[in-house]
Amino acid sequence: MFRTPQKVFTGGLALLFLFPLVWASVASVSPQAGSAQIGGWGFGNYRTLANYQAGIGQYLLNSTAVSLMTVLFTLIVSLLGGYAFAQFRFPGRDVLFLVTLAILMVPYATLLIPLYVLLNRLGLQDSLLGLALVLTMFQLPFATFMMRISFEAVPKDLAESAQVDGCGSLRTLGHVLVPAVRPGLITVGLFAFLAAWNDFITPLVLISDSAKMPLPLAVANMRQQVMGIVDYGATEAGVVVLALPCVVLFLALQRHYVRGFMSGALKG
Amino acid sequence: MTLTTVPERSGLDSGPAAGSRARRRRPALTGWAYAAPTALFVAIFFVTPILLVGRMSVSDWGLFTGDRGLNAPENFTDVVEYRLFWPAVWFTVKYTVVTTVILLGLALLMALIVQESSRWTGFLRTSFLVPSALGLASASLLFYALYSPQSSPFGFLGVSFLGTPTAALWSTVALIVWRFAGFYMLLLLVGLQGISADVYEAARLDGAGRRQTFRYVTLPLLRSSIALCTILCVTGSMLAFDQFYLLTKGGPDNSTLTIVQLIYNFAFFGGNHLGRAAALSIMVLAALLIANVLQFRGLRGKEG
Repeated sequence: MFRTPQKVFTGGLALLFLFPLVWASVASVSPQAGSAQIGGWGFGNYRTLANYQAGIGQYLLNSTAVSLMTVLFTLIVSLLGGYAFAQFRFPGRDVLFLVTLAILMVPYATLLIPLYVLLNRLGLQDSLLGLALVLTMFQLPFATFMMRISFEAVPKDLAESAQVDGCGSLRTLGHVLVPAVRPGLITVGLFAFLAAWNDFITPLVLISDSAKMPLPLAVANMRQQVMGIVDYGATEAGVVVLALPCVVLFLALQRHYVRGFMSGALKG
Repeated sequence: MTLTTVPERSGLDSGPAAGSRARRRRPALTGWAYAAPTALFVAIFFVTPILLVGRMSVSDWGLFTGDRGLNAPENFTDVVEYRLFWPAVWFTVKYTVVTTVILLGLALLMALIVQESSRWTGFLRTSFLVPSALGLASASLLFYALYSPQSSPFGFLGVSFLGTPTAALWSTVALIVWRFAGFYMLLLLVGLQGISADVYEAARLDGAGRRQTFRYVTLPLLRSSIALCTILCVTGSMLAFDQFYLLTKGGPDNSTLTIVQLIYNFAFFGGNHLGRAAALSIMVLAALLIANVLQFRGLRGKEG
């Protein structure tokens, strides 16, 4: 159904979408005035990045720690919450579910101003743990909704037969239900990772100690160095380092990701 | 969004009616135990901050000085009288309208292009979707380098991408379209695939052309997907921050200052007044709720 003119047009559109990524990758290793890579091709810009202030290792470590904590918290809370909402009746269930979804309706900025004060009072100012807890809260509406419908899609007999076999609710969850809701867990985990890895405004407000900054903040700050002259080469290298794990994860899990979308959360 | 479609499930406690009271109460306790982490998170990190921001909005609350007592309604009047307030509101609305129209129009076109499955459309889908994997901040930094006169591959054009207010607006819209078009395409694709082939077949038998089919069959049946996309896009654009903070810093001459940037500036960037930032946050929350209610009404009204 695609004739040549249509292929040219659609192919051109696709190239338009791929171009900025390809350009950034090439530009980060190509010679450029005003960067660490002046003559010839090479990794000078990545060396600048590696040696910036606390070192890229520290920022990568910060980002990784925050992302993994966020994924872990989100998975635990939404797994248990989704199980509760889908399989149990308890007073306040519907109110709690609606309030959890209401997080979506409130702008980040509206919550971050009081959270800045609140985390100070909890002794979690400038802490990666505090940041991960806040990022987990932002993930809860999607994660809880996703896990609830995942549990609801599990045939009821499965849980019941496990209970007849003498499993308590915890063992039913662990042995029977977790394998059944694994696709939901992967989707929730992936979204939590991408959100935590990429979030900018939350650490911008909550983290002021430059040694604790996650990578996006460090790369953004790196631009305004050396007497106001921007090192674009190092910026491009930073973008590549930031984008690489996301693009790899996306391509690896694309089939799952797209299918999860098509079949799950947004149907109806 | 799709709450209404969640089926009511009676759960494990709907056992035989013969169960005693005690046996009926236990699942409720177990249910609460599993829901407790969610409840704890929501209470500490969502409900408490909401109450606190309400309190802060009516208090003289400095960034370093802390709470210095009630001062209502001073924060609100200070915010509205601030000279950059109305320009920021106007710019945010303009940006929201421009972004939503262009983004959804293009996403719909892309969804129609990749609708059928083939190897070529598989390649197209992946190409359109890859930018969605990037964070908005990474994408903004990428376009920052892409637009800068020193490093831009478009240097030969002699265009200043961020130099004038109009150019800065369109350059940012281009970044957002690049980053989000694939995502909205995916949402619309879900809707398109929900339309049964029989409907198209019936339209064809009735002698409808491609345009008529699109206008009278596809668009009406896609309404709920388009409504979801519109609400997401309007909400996201009204709360725009990262792209302007990184790309334009609100410039040139504060012409691209958005409301959320204004909140940030009140709180941390020179303003150091958390009370005013809280007051403006409350106003944004109210505006967002009103906008979403109006959209729900408008989009539902058309259906009737």
